[in-house]
Amino acid sequence: MKADPKGVLTGVHFIDGDHAACEGALAAGCRFVAGYPITPSTEVVERFAQRIPHIGGTFIQMEDEIASSIAIQGAVWAGKKVMTVTSGPGLSLMMEHIGLAAIAEVPSVWVDVQRGGPSTGLPTLPAQADMMQVKWGSHGDYEIIALCPNSPQECFDLMIKAFNLAETFRVPVFFMMDEVVGHMTERVVIPEASKIELTERRWTKKKPGEYKPYETGADMVPDLVKAGDGYRIHITGLTHDERGYPVINAAAQKKLVERLINKIRLRKHELVDVRLDGVEGADVVVVSFGITSRVTGAAVEEARRKGVKVGHARLVIAWPFPSDLFADLSRKVKAFVVPELNMGQMALEVERAAAGRCAVVGVPHPGGTVHEVSVILDKIMQAAAGKKGSPALEGASR
Amino acid sequence: MPKTEIRVGGLGGQGVILCGSIIGKAAAIHDGKHAAMIQAFGPEARGSACSAQVIVSDEPIGYPYVKNPDVLVLMSPDAYKLFAPTVKPGGLILHESELVHPDKDLPAGVKTIGIPATRFAEELGRRLVLNIVMVGFFAGTTGLVSYEAVEKAVLDSVPKGTEDLNSRALKKGFEFGRQVSGR
Repeated sequence: MKADPKGVLTGVHFIDGDHAACEGALAAGCRFVAGYPITPSTEVVERFAQRIPHIGGTFIQMEDEIASSIAIQGAVWAGKKVMTVTSGPGLSLMMEHIGLAAIAEVPSVWVDVQRGGPSTGLPTLPAQADMMQVKWGSHGDYEIIALCPNSPQECFDLMIKAFNLAETFRVPVFFMMDEVVGHMTERVVIPEASKIELTERRWTKKKPGEYKPYETGADMVPDLVKAGDGYRIHITGLTHDERGYPVINAAAQKKLVERLINKIRLRKHELVDVRLDGVEGADVVVVSFGITSRVTGAAVEEARRKGVKVGHARLVIAWPFPSDLFADLSRKVKAFVVPELNMGQMALEVERAAAGRCAVVGVPHPGGTVHEVSVILDKIMQAAAGKKGSPALEGASR
Repeated sequence: MPKTEIRVGGLGGQGVILCGSIIGKAAAIHDGKHAAMIQAFGPEARGSACSAQVIVSDEPIGYPYVKNPDVLVLMSPDAYKLFAPTVKPGGLILHESELVHPDKDLPAGVKTIGIPATRFAEELGRRLVLNIVMVGFFAGTTGLVSYEAVEKAVLDSVPKGTEDLNSRALKKGFEFGRQVSGR
């Protein structure tokens, strides 16, 4: 289906990532946002609150992030495409309801404009240190999807993809921006609505009486209805059967949790989005995401000028992690170098995929600004020279 | 012009970020170039040190930070103290001449040109448009963005009803810039 022109601000704009993310959501058909404004994500909801009355939809400024993260889930059962927007401290408050969105299979987009932490940390300055939190933060076993834009244009483009994936897989989809991407202003081209392809909600084709809320076919994803349309539905955070009613035993748990996991793990080949640059024949491949990919780009160019065969693999979808791709690459390269604005998170995933077949060198940074290009360059040069370098989880830099 | 790095510095409330944004918008939308802007500000709504980093380039921009700007646009003494030492040798400092007084301790070959932008803005009717005077001054002295592009960028960035005042502010800064720089 095509986007509704009402929500699409077709044209060429000079806007920051936060504003572009909002426009992406509106173009994707998002018509309900609940949030509690927090730096550096505030501009996303500020713009949504200004725009939505003219388009038709709802923004609620809730009392906190706990309430925001449950209000959006209610709106899904009223038929809306939904989003909430926060930064680290708010994300921490949302953890319980992320688990609910996972077990109740609520298609939803969760924007995290990452800032330095832990706790209130650095409100106005960047980090990329929530990557493991969105993967593992709520208790129990579940799978999510996470995307990492590196420019305002991608905040628009990938936001549409995020909404489409939420509808396809019925999981919480995390939109992992960072303060720099959120507050960086660049040209953003918004196409005509007829050029924007949206994934429609999986509305059931069954009649009331035949429909079961958690019955699935081969793709392991159940179809939806709107509450109030005459279908019998029951939504719970408890382990449930196909009817949606609680069943508290090991057999029901096995059936449900294995499906929640497998609908992503067994289809993860559909979720690989890694932008590769010069990895064929490379001795060293730098793995990056978000704003760090733009700093890495400068370091990679510099290393190539010095004659090093270096490639760049940028994670656009970070979760599920494309481990097959990196396992394959690990057979061909001397080393992976993994710069990130945290003390070693995605580097651990790269190391797991490499499984000892090549070196994995972390380039940790606690955030507050981005890496110096020279720091990444040095690690590339060392790795290319076959120096052992630091393991993925090294101590703090001295 | 392969790549020019610009930093605009001043106090929160002076319109520092808008000044940078208009330069970037003029280049990226109306002059068909690439531009990226990053802003830095404190937690206070007004009065904190505030700066915008703008890169204008014919090529797509990767690394978006400005370390050593080719052009500095300065509207407060604190911004001068902080950023003047970072300007590239041979670079240009454009400053509000009644607020910022350059000393001699600058990197080699740096040229400074001042404009009494606040006074001009007051004479035009509102001190608020000092940043638009500075935008015009930037365009007039550097030629990095065309007058037509920057005028369009100003007009779609300012509140409705203030277009005339802002147009006059832009023109004032631009003409003064042309005159003192001999362009």
